[in-house]
Amino acid sequence: MSTRPVTEDDLHGLVDRRLDASRQAEVEAYLALHPEVAARVAGYRLQRAALREALAPVAEEPLPPGMAIGRLVAARRRPALAGWRAAAAALLMLGLGGAGGWGLHGLAAPAVQEPTQGIAALSQQAADSYAVYASDRERPVELRASSRAELVAWASERLGRPVTPPDLSAAGYRLMGGRVVPTPQGPAAMFMFDNDHGTRLVLLTRGMAVDRDTSMAHHARGAVGAFTWSSEGNGYSLVGALPATALHPLADEVRRQMRKA
Amino acid sequence: MNDMAQLIEPLIPALRRYARALLRDRAAADDLVQDGLERAVGRWHQRRADGSARSWLFAIVHNLAVNRMRQSSRRGPHLPLEAADGVGAGTPAQEQAWQHRDLLRALQALPEEQRSVVLLVSVEDLSYAEVAEALKIPIGTVMSRLSRGRERLRLAMEGAPAAEAAGTPHLRRVK
Repeated sequence: MSTRPVTEDDLHGLVDRRLDASRQAEVEAYLALHPEVAARVAGYRLQRAALREALAPVAEEPLPPGMAIGRLVAARRRPALAGWRAAAAALLMLGLGGAGGWGLHGLAAPAVQEPTQGIAALSQQAADSYAVYASDRERPVELRASSRAELVAWASERLGRPVTPPDLSAAGYRLMGGRVVPTPQGPAAMFMFDNDHGTRLVLLTRGMAVDRDTSMAHHARGAVGAFTWSSEGNGYSLVGALPATALHPLADEVRRQMRKA
Repeated sequence: MNDMAQLIEPLIPALRRYARALLRDRAAADDLVQDGLERAVGRWHQRRADGSARSWLFAIVHNLAVNRMRQSSRRGPHLPLEAADGVGAGTPAQEQAWQHRDLLRALQALPEEQRSVVLLVSVEDLSYAEVAEALKIPIGTVMSRLSRGRERLRLAMEGAPAAEAAGTPHLRRVK
C-alpha cells in the first residue's frame, strides 16, 4: 500500500511526531498489520512520556541566583567583580540589607564571642538564615512549597532522619518552601513561612551533639527574635521579626507537631 | 544584550534538566549549567548567526557534562546523591516515584552517547537536526543512537535483558 518501505527512522519519527501527515498515515497503517512492531512503538511512546514526567520537576524548580540571566549579564559587564567576588558582594548586601538586628555579627562586633555549640549556636545559625533568606525577595527558598515532597525527601536525606515542615496554617502562616543550609555541625533544614501581611518566619532544624534535650529559650536582637529548643537529639529554632508574645505560641505549636511526628 | 537574555532565559530550566539527567547530582549539574551560562554570555558573539541558539546552548552544557563525567569516571564510580525516594511507602505517588527512579537508573546504564540523544530528543524536544548540530554528529548517527538507546531502555524497563536474542523484529535502517 505504501510506496516507500517503513524504516526504523520512521518509527521514531512517529513517536516524536516528526512525520508529515501522509507519512504518518502510512506508518500507522503498517503498524496495524505488524503488532510486534506496534508494541515496540507503544513501548517507546510510554518511555518518552515517562522520561518527560520523571524529569519535569527539575525544570519547575526555582532557579538558583547564579542562573539569573540579569545577574550573569551584569557580571559580564563588571569583569572586576566576576565570579565568587560578585557572589560574596551580593551576600554582603543581602546580609546588610537584611532584617535588621542581627546584622553581620562576626564583622560588626568582633569582640562578641559567638556561641559555638548547643542551642545558643543553633539560635544564631537560624538567625543567620533568617537574615540572609527571609530578606531575599527573589529566591528566598530553593524548593518551593509546590515541591514539598521533594523538599522533604531532600532534607530527610541530608539530615539522615525524616524531616517534615510543621503546618502553621491555623495561625495564618503558609509554607513557602525551604532548603538545606550548612552549619559547622553539618547540614540543617530550613523552612520558611509567611502570612498575608508578608511576615516571614524561618524554622531551622538539625541534629544536636550538645544540648540534646532542652526546654525552650528565647533570644532576641532588635526586632528579630528566636525561640530555640531541642528534643531527642534534634534541635529547632523558630525566628521571626515578631515580639516574643507572638512568636512563643507559634514555637509551642511547632514543638507540639514535631513531637507528634 | 537584551536580545541575548531573551533567547537564553527561557531555555535555562531545560538546560538544568538536561544536566541533572546526565549527572544525576543536583549540585554538580547546577554548577555546570551556571558555568555553561557564563560561557554562553561571554561567547554570544562567537555563535554562528544561522545556527539555532537552542542547539548552541545545549552543545555548551553537553560538552561540559561529558568532560565532567569523564573526569569522575576516572575517579571511580559516582554515587548519585539524588535519593528522592521520599519517606514512607505505598501511596500511588510513591510507587510512581519508584518507577521513575528505575527508569532514570536504566537511563544511567546507557552509554553516554545514547543517553544524550535519547534525552535531547525525548525530553528536550530538539529536532533530529538540532541534536546533530548540538552534538556535531551526522543525522544518521543521531538516528542510530536514538534507536539503540530507546531499544535498550525499553528492554531494561521490561526486565528482559536477553530479549534482543528473543527475536524482536527490527526494521532495516535506511540512510
